[in-house]
Amino acid sequence: MARWTNPLRDERDKRLPVIAGPSSLVIFGVTGDLARKKLLPAVYDLAHRGLLPPGFALVGCARGEEDFTAVVRDAVERHARTPFKESVWRRLADGIRFVPGDFGEDDTFERLVKTVDELDAERGTGGNHAFYLSIPPSVFGVVTQQLAKFGLAASTSDGWRRVVIEKPFGHDLASACELNGIVGSVFGEESVFRIDHYLGKETVQNILALRFANQLFEPLWNCHYVDHVQITMAEDIGVGGRAGYYDGIGAARDVIQNHLLQLLAFTAMEEPLSFEPAALRAEKVKVLRATEPVGPFEETTARGQYTGGWQGGERVPALHDEDGFAPESRTETYAAVTLAVENRRWAGVPFYLRTGKRLGRRVTEIAVVFRRAPHLPFDSTATEELGQNALVIRVQPDEGVTMRFGSKVPGTTMEVRDVTMDFGYGHAFTESSPEAYERLVLDVLRGEPSLFPGNEEVEESWRILDPVLAQWSAHGAPEPYPPGSWGPESADAMLARDGRNWRRP
Amino acid sequence: MIIDLPSTTTSKVNQKLVELRERGGAVALGRVLTLLIVTEDGAAIEDTVDAANEASREHPSRIIVAARGTKAAEPRIDAQIRVGGDAGASEVLVLRLYGPLADEADTAVVPLLLPDAPIVTWWPGSAPADPARDPLGRIAQRRITDAAAERNPIEAVRSRAASYAEGDTDLAWTRLTNWRAQLVAALDLPPHEPVSAASVTGDGNSPSTELLAGWLAHYLRVPVRRERASEGPGIVSVSLERASGPVELHRPDGKIGTLRQPGQPARTIDLHRRSLSDVLVEELRRLDPDEVYERALHGVSLLPEHQEGATV
Repeated sequence: MARWTNPLRDERDKRLPVIAGPSSLVIFGVTGDLARKKLLPAVYDLAHRGLLPPGFALVGCARGEEDFTAVVRDAVERHARTPFKESVWRRLADGIRFVPGDFGEDDTFERLVKTVDELDAERGTGGNHAFYLSIPPSVFGVVTQQLAKFGLAASTSDGWRRVVIEKPFGHDLASACELNGIVGSVFGEESVFRIDHYLGKETVQNILALRFANQLFEPLWNCHYVDHVQITMAEDIGVGGRAGYYDGIGAARDVIQNHLLQLLAFTAMEEPLSFEPAALRAEKVKVLRATEPVGPFEETTARGQYTGGWQGGERVPALHDEDGFAPESRTETYAAVTLAVENRRWAGVPFYLRTGKRLGRRVTEIAVVFRRAPHLPFDSTATEELGQNALVIRVQPDEGVTMRFGSKVPGTTMEVRDVTMDFGYGHAFTESSPEAYERLVLDVLRGEPSLFPGNEEVEESWRILDPVLAQWSAHGAPEPYPPGSWGPESADAMLARDGRNWRRP
Repeated sequence: MIIDLPSTTTSKVNQKLVELRERGGAVALGRVLTLLIVTEDGAAIEDTVDAANEASREHPSRIIVAARGTKAAEPRIDAQIRVGGDAGASEVLVLRLYGPLADEADTAVVPLLLPDAPIVTWWPGSAPADPARDPLGRIAQRRITDAAAERNPIEAVRSRAASYAEGDTDLAWTRLTNWRAQLVAALDLPPHEPVSAASVTGDGNSPSTELLAGWLAHYLRVPVRRERASEGPGIVSVSLERASGPVELHRPDGKIGTLRQPGQPARTIDLHRRSLSDVLVEELRRLDPDEVYERALHGVSLLPEHQEGATV
């Protein structure tokens, strides 16, 4: 039969919301922190916005015998973005199932198969199931093997099967390849969705709009005009309570490998041929391939570990005193690296990436700092206070774009000083933009992979970071920095060597 | 904050706006459009402004209400500026126009439009026969009418078809979006069979029923029956006939719909009738011409004059 064209579909019909087809979401490790705080609320928010298909089903899979519906309800009431509505909830609750049991036991998966078959019959999920692995990577192998063994992993002509995984995608290139191998042996690459929740944020998607929909910025977006780029993700909280995950991993693996390198890719990539997922991925992989760490690493990188002290009116412990960390732990809580993108556009423009815990405030931003004007026809006193022009993309919080440029100070003398011009997302558009997870869960159900990094991107990112990590593990230890500061002194020294300094975000 | 400026001129209103901004930053910058509301003076203004304020949380805008007062009066403009807590995420200017000014509203409104931002004109009540040629419609990129608010809603839908210009839209159409989304999604699923006939059941006076039938008639190119409903407000059910059985979407109570199709379990769907601010938010999201609405209007002209149980 010829390919079906739906007579009611019209691509000009932009009013119609994108509703996922009939399907279910099966969450492994549904009682975990992430599932409660982000995932389950996102599912409810999607239901509230009418974007889930009628008959959508949500299956939880975990150890224990809790009242799963109550767990979901509690998570939704506490963390959902949209107001709680009984009618929406009741329709969602109709499709909730719980499969308790140990992931290693066949019994659990027999029950899961039964549940999934029942859903296909009762709710019409049509054999379309997405498996969300909200579990440690060490168990990925067991669960994917079990899914394959019970025939849950293979997409059929009637229905698709997808798997969703969360960071960390390994801890170095070798382990990432191994992980890709484990998941890839069961699910084809087109069925694997790796969640990097940063990519679900409106501001990150807006980088593409800003660069490729405007004439204003792209002509300046190269080494002729850009001096350097700073990409920052700072958090004001510590790692207390996450020792099991964080110890031995550290800031570079936790944040730079995924979030910051993805932001770099969006900032530095060439214009994609189209916004088709494949075209977008091709450009991202290309720019990551061209990216190399700049050495010598003793001078071009910095790492630190927070000490105890006062932060924002609160007494906070040092990393060494946090539960679960050994006093001699060398895990870094601050990491900064210098990268070069070796292509014509970016030759000679350093990309400085930094991230840390217990820093001054919670902020993520990309600052593109421009060169100084080649000639200033003013007295030197007139431009003493003039800095470099900058374009700052504020990813969170207070999403928006800031531009910094010089302006004359009112008065009889000529004096030029930096001023900023602000675009706030919250002012120009909606009061509450959708949470990143909402967008990503919807995209998984729709099978739309644009916002998910592919395995090649993951492996390239490790290739970039591995030499720095090797150097760090072989030499020295992280430098202590006080909580609430902007990192260790070596971080400032690292930029000072190049005659630059970190922007205070 | 509400500031009354009785018997004033637009330049005084402008001056006051600048003054307010300098004094307290009361007027924020990120306005994305000017929403011009054209209505008769009366108590209904408040509901309209409330809906617009609500919508402004998603689309920060300058809202200008041009309220036509009695024509027999002396020419006069009474203005009111509302900012801050009284205006949601917007600033509201209410202009009450009396005497000959009531027919010259455009001259009062033009100086108050935001520079460079798109203009949307909304007639919450009765709209002019040809919105795109109306002086207040001509200056707008988008013109929103509401057939349901007209004295004869069905007649209004037909006249919209005759006067359609790019940028026209009607809230009766916006109220259909959820219905249409479900019907489109239903036809995405197998069995992939052509639709041989369709029927729409609803309130005999519902312009949305008429537009839904028109939309189906245009895109499916099959006879569309319209039937008068004995239950429920607005649209009650839609049925698309196919060889293996009909696809039916039924909403008896104006709240919850049930979707039935062969080979699939029945599914319930939230199809609550939508609030005014909700449809307005959707309407302001797009400012380009709505070709699909134009085609639905064309479809309406394919339908016969409204009679009980009539077919094409």
